[in-house]
Amino acid sequence: MKRRNVLLAAAVLLVLWQVLALIVRLPVLPDPVRVGQTLLTELGRSLGIHFAFSLWRVLASMLLSIVLAVPAGLVLGQSERLNRILSPFVYLLFPVPKVVLVPVVLLFLGVGDLPKIFIIFIILFFQILVLVRDQAAGLRPELIHSVRSLGAGRRALFRFVYLPASLPAILTALRQSIGTAVAVLYVAELFATSYGLGYYIYLHGSTLLDYPKMYAGVVAMSALGLGLYFATDWLHRRLCPWQFVS
Amino acid sequence: MSTAASLMVEADNLTFTYLDSQTVFQEFNWQVAEGQAWSILGPSGCGKSTLLYLLAGLRQPTSGQVRVRGEPIGRPRPRTGLILQDFGLLPWATVFQNASLGLRIRGFYGPDGTHAPRDEEDLQIQQRVSFWLDRLGLAGQAGSYPSQVSGGQRQRVAIARTLALSPDLLLMDEPLAALDAPTREGLQDLILDLRREHGLTTILVTHSIEEAALMGQHVMVLGDLPNRDPVVLSEPAAASAAFRGSHGYTDRVKQLRLTLEAAG
Repeated sequence: MKRRNVLLAAAVLLVLWQVLALIVRLPVLPDPVRVGQTLLTELGRSLGIHFAFSLWRVLASMLLSIVLAVPAGLVLGQSERLNRILSPFVYLLFPVPKVVLVPVVLLFLGVGDLPKIFIIFIILFFQILVLVRDQAAGLRPELIHSVRSLGAGRRALFRFVYLPASLPAILTALRQSIGTAVAVLYVAELFATSYGLGYYIYLHGSTLLDYPKMYAGVVAMSALGLGLYFATDWLHRRLCPWQFVS
Repeated sequence: MSTAASLMVEADNLTFTYLDSQTVFQEFNWQVAEGQAWSILGPSGCGKSTLLYLLAGLRQPTSGQVRVRGEPIGRPRPRTGLILQDFGLLPWATVFQNASLGLRIRGFYGPDGTHAPRDEEDLQIQQRVSFWLDRLGLAGQAGSYPSQVSGGQRQRVAIARTLALSPDLLLMDEPLAALDAPTREGLQDLILDLRREHGLTTILVTHSIEEAALMGQHVMVLGDLPNRDPVVLSEPAAASAAFRGSHGYTDRVKQLRLTLEAAG
């Protein structure tokens, strides 16, 4: 995908927004210029702090899920016996919509950042676990045999085969779940906090009825998701160059 | 016992049964002397790959013993090289990284890895791998990924990776089966040259009569299961590129074909 085309698409969307705003002519749909101005002034004030809180929460949950799900996925992927025992649990838990657990998690983990990080973590955890497991399990036995014949035991197999083999799976899982993660972040930030973009959007949209500010929050939250998406893409190209050669 | 010192491989009353209770080898005895070139010929499912995996230490006998240089084989032995038909290279690693994999694995476990200066160790890997990439005509591909080079070049990388570890015994499981004829002949000659240069003992598993006839001074023909007492045909002039196209070669191919039909 060319950068130029992405910018062009962004421009088209902005124009559509502008046209729509001109047609609707209601306070609930301010035009993009007004929202852009609000965004710039607000970023210097409280919006920047809310953005930082949201970014920290989503980054922390991503890191936590990578650190815990990757080893678990690798172990399941290379041990048929363990996978046989544990995969029914994963099978049952994976499709459960974790976002409905927000109130429960809040009850158990209380206020503060922990429940918000935890709820995003648990979603990412299963995504990464499943993809890494399947990737590790799908490695050809011939590959494992030939690396073992070079003297590799279990530890070297992890280091030289299973871990690099699962890198694309980790990045794919992250990219696929960024949208969900940000959506869940919004829901999680509606409760028991006065920081974060979710809180900011809800406050200005439903309590203060300051629509330009609400939209500035929406744009900031979209930018958060987009930024993470681009960052994952960039990492993918950096860490898995063999997937991008012709 | 004077002959024992020059024995490279011994199978002693080797029995191997799969979990599905298919017995592939029963009370199987076999000896390979140092420096010999062997081919193992047979149809699919005759157990020829299984035998190679037993020699490589990747499978364990149900009973009996496999010894290499007198040592019972319980796990892969550092100086035994194994080359498989395909899928042996890491797709995410460059040609150079693949060729250096064995050495890097040694560095990973080696006790001096934490004490020796890092750059000095790198230099050694660099030298040894560069030598083999040069020798196998891969110097220009060092930075390419396996998906970017031809099948013949991929197999050369697998050979470089194995030879960089200075093996004395080279096990090959259909290493050239996926290649086109000219590439295959080129690599057959290369393997025969390397064998002579480095005094390697070679055991090559193949389903191709022609390849078995060329590559092995001794050809073991496997057939009906379980293998107990296989036919061995010997021809000292084989295992050299000059043997290809000679009368002896043509006769041998005929003879092997008859033996194979009788065994299967």
